[in-house]
Amino acid sequence: MPDKVVEVRNLTRKFGDQTALHQIHLEVDKGYVYGLVGVNGAGKTTLIKHLLGLLRAKEGTVRVFGLDPASHAVEVLKRIGYLSEEREMPEWMSIAELLRYTSAFHPKWDPVYATQLLQTFRLDAKKKIKNLSKGMRAQVGLIAAVAHRPDLLLLDEPSTGLDPVVRRDILNAIVRTVADEGRTAIFSSHLLDEVEMMSDYVFMFDQGKLVLQGQLDDVKEQHQILSVRFSDTERARPIVPEILAAERRGSSWWMTWDGPVEEAVECMSSIGGEVTQARHASLQEIFVARAGRDFLVETES
Amino acid sequence: MHIEISLQDGVPIYRQIVNQVKYLVASGKIRAGDEVPPIRTLAEQLHVTPNTIVKAYGELENAGILFKRRGAGTYVADLQSPLARKEQRRILEQRADALLTEASQLNFSFEEVLELLSKRNAIIAKSLATTSSKEKFNAG
Repeated sequence: MPDKVVEVRNLTRKFGDQTALHQIHLEVDKGYVYGLVGVNGAGKTTLIKHLLGLLRAKEGTVRVFGLDPASHAVEVLKRIGYLSEEREMPEWMSIAELLRYTSAFHPKWDPVYATQLLQTFRLDAKKKIKNLSKGMRAQVGLIAAVAHRPDLLLLDEPSTGLDPVVRRDILNAIVRTVADEGRTAIFSSHLLDEVEMMSDYVFMFDQGKLVLQGQLDDVKEQHQILSVRFSDTERARPIVPEILAAERRGSSWWMTWDGPVEEAVECMSSIGGEVTQARHASLQEIFVARAGRDFLVETES
Repeated sequence: MHIEISLQDGVPIYRQIVNQVKYLVASGKIRAGDEVPPIRTLAEQLHVTPNTIVKAYGELENAGILFKRRGAGTYVADLQSPLARKEQRRILEQRADALLTEASQLNFSFEEVLELLSKRNAIIAKSLATTSSKEKFNAG
């Protein structure tokens, strides 16, 4: 078995004259949780569709478990558990029928685990899909995604529109996938707090480009929030490449700085500024600085 | 084990867990021989990735605060036991040797090193006083 669960090289995808993905290069290692962040239309779902083989790479290559998912759909998909935001399900089936139907595609289906999850979620297996609430549908989708103990759990905006209880069920499914057998999870979310808590690695997308990737702790330690006071209080925004964002507040400038804090102190003092406060940035602050606009305002509206 | 994660100040989550476990031990809220929650249980409780707990427990083990019984969980170490004390002394001796070697390479006299240690000690004591009051505030 190859070490890399996912390998994407130079993947570019255009829909008409719209570039959905631009030269994406990323790798996913076994045993970790990967968070995909970005506003709607940033390219997350297009990437996930490539990983599932629903889209075939036109430029660049995509490998999942070392195989091209578009050409080896059966081998790849039987090892993936997938939950999408849409949760399209055959409405006429009961929960039990849907799970039996799903199990047929997965030789490693664990009926005991499926039953245990049904009990945990207090779902009545005889109920028809069409009579389920949104949260219940998500829970059923989750059971279908994890009961065959997939090597890769792929969740596309799993939390959207769900109450905290169901969101917790979904997060716990990620924890179990990774904790018990060292399997791998990739999930996309517009809830940056959730990604910050649940991810070992983060991929940040903006307008089809992968603008930032890395281990989450490293990413956070690499970005600082600074308060800087200049002797010239009317000073314009300093132009330094490490300053990703800057905002004047009273007599100080607040900055998001890409690099170690020592370098910031040195650089600011060379242009007549004094760093009066410094701390690591949150994922939210990094995203706002990198994408150049407010993340939540964009998606929640 | 009561631990609270904050995303406000940008401190890595594993470090928040390390600091709070240290505080729980120091304040006697968890004691030598107590079992700490298994990785999966704590990850589910805090809604964090299990690897974060692995990293935090690993760091606490290296610091001699937790120890693992093979296949039987992770426990709070007895920092007062003669064995633990001996091991702690050994770690400290290694660090002292490294410091003295480096000082001599950089042409610092032994007296200068002693003076530097006592200055640093004062600074650390002061910053510990402020962080622990902050942690108490967070834990409360």
